[in-house]
Amino acid sequence: MQFGIFSVSDVTTDPTTGHTPDDTERVRNMLTIAQHADEAGLDVFATGEHHNPPFVASSPTTLLAYLAGTTKNIVLSTATTLITTNDPVRLAEEYAMLQVVSNGRMDLMMGRGNTGPVYPWFGQDIRQGIPLAIENYALLRRLWTEDVVDWQGKFRTPLQGFTSTPRPLDGVPPFVWHGSIRSPEIAEQAAYYGDGFLHNNIFWPMSHTKQMVQFYRQRFEHYGHGRADQAIVGLGGQVFLRKNSQDAWNEFRPYYDVAPVYGHGPSMEDFTRETPLTVGSPQQVIDRYGAFADEVGYYQRQMFLIDHAGLPLKTVLEQIDLLAGEVVPELRRIAEAKRPSDDVPLNPPTHAERVAAARAAGTAGAAHVGLTEDLFTGTQAEDAEPAPKPRVGRSFGL
Amino acid sequence: MTSERTLVVISAGLSQPSSTRLLADRLTGAAARELQALGHTVSVEVIELRDHAHAVVDAMLTGFPTGELARVMDTLAKADGVIAVTPLFTTTYSGLFKSFVDIVDKDSLGGMPVLLGATGGTPRHSLALDYSVRPLFAYLHADVLATSVFAATDDWAGDGDRVNPLSARIDRAGRELAQRVSARENPGPADPFAGTPSFTDMLGGA
Repeated sequence: MQFGIFSVSDVTTDPTTGHTPDDTERVRNMLTIAQHADEAGLDVFATGEHHNPPFVASSPTTLLAYLAGTTKNIVLSTATTLITTNDPVRLAEEYAMLQVVSNGRMDLMMGRGNTGPVYPWFGQDIRQGIPLAIENYALLRRLWTEDVVDWQGKFRTPLQGFTSTPRPLDGVPPFVWHGSIRSPEIAEQAAYYGDGFLHNNIFWPMSHTKQMVQFYRQRFEHYGHGRADQAIVGLGGQVFLRKNSQDAWNEFRPYYDVAPVYGHGPSMEDFTRETPLTVGSPQQVIDRYGAFADEVGYYQRQMFLIDHAGLPLKTVLEQIDLLAGEVVPELRRIAEAKRPSDDVPLNPPTHAERVAAARAAGTAGAAHVGLTEDLFTGTQAEDAEPAPKPRVGRSFGL
Repeated sequence: MTSERTLVVISAGLSQPSSTRLLADRLTGAAARELQALGHTVSVEVIELRDHAHAVVDAMLTGFPTGELARVMDTLAKADGVIAVTPLFTTTYSGLFKSFVDIVDKDSLGGMPVLLGATGGTPRHSLALDYSVRPLFAYLHADVLATSVFAATDDWAGDGDRVNPLSARIDRAGRELAQRVSARENPGPADPFAGTPSFTDMLGGA
């Protein structure tokens, strides 16, 4: 099982000091957090994507590409990439580039986005969220798996003779997760493609999460990708840790009470009882999170929201140390013991595993697919003839 | 068609005793009597919003109801018929009533027979039932009864409307609700997963 951290890049005042980081400080803190997580031995770092204050992560691939250069082992991912309001052509290009510069040490999670105005800012209608997610992702997959694409759809202008570059690393696209909280249609989409499904899990009762994951598993099996228990599942989580439970409680309470999303609402006592938010000692986190596999079946990735609600950088780094040092080794042991059989994947697939599987199935693109004729530079859009199909066979070594 | 019918009664009254609850009880009594006359056994669940006031606000802030309030929502979705009564504050439904309606699952009251009631000091704002309260339930696709009942303070003393007294209005509303509830084949709460289109359908339509 992989254990990782994620940030949604919120710029929040520290209620105990009154300090509000500016955007630059917040970005630099995110980089420090990710690098520290890599050094501490955590498996994954993911960033959200937002296009308005109080957030700074509008460019996930830029952030993650930098981290690819400054980290050694940690898998770089998103929570989430907006599949609705981004142009799928740009997604195909940006994430393939990230895949290459990170040498495959990445994956990504699709989400629809929870901020209404982002849709009209990017020319879309929030009421079309699900159809957008479906059409855009279908195009994204084609751009990664087909060298030349002719395409027409509802939400974007048509494509004629388009090749997304760079081609995916080793001819195999990145592994994709789909994130959903409430919409069964997204779980259905993940199941259809045999992609991973990650439920946010935080800010919700486990009873809801469990139903959605079970639905995804059933549909995964229905679409013939394997048994329900072999589906690739992830969960979100949120914890605040100190060696001593009461210290954690006292320290986090002022942050909890005014936090975005749940501040000024239910008490921390009620909220930690009803949702996966756990404030306490490492053992309490181990006990609680170790039991999640009993609810949703063995799963492959557990992510923790680590820097929310205005926590200062020093505190977040200490949380990472506690998580990596005191929680993850034991939690991994407990969770992995719940894997029902050896043919249930222990972890999400690595790039190397996906390449091996694709080659065995004959679905990998060639190792370095590149079209060597430039048919477009210097021409005008009005140059009417559609581009002749490049001799793709040559690229495949035929 | 089974003969058991469950009425769920929502009262947003804040005082103990409250005239809002009194009206709700009178409406329930009238509907239950008519249902029994039609051959049904009747069970009644009363929800006093005051008891859930803090939980309602928490659910508004977090996006999900928990504990007792979650059970209330479940009970409401399974009802055969609903009676909802609110005091009028500042010309319209009370804030607590509206907050509760705002957190009800939007799909749970589709086709639900709903009898609306309201109370106030004078009849001055009685039309709030038609221009404020009714639209809330129309939006939720509930089957809102043609008759809604307003009780002003004077109505309780019998000094109110002498031509069309409160008791007659209560009986009329009770009869309408009973007829609707009796005739209804309650499909039960919708399964959020059962209605999910298969992916090939979704892909075709995109």
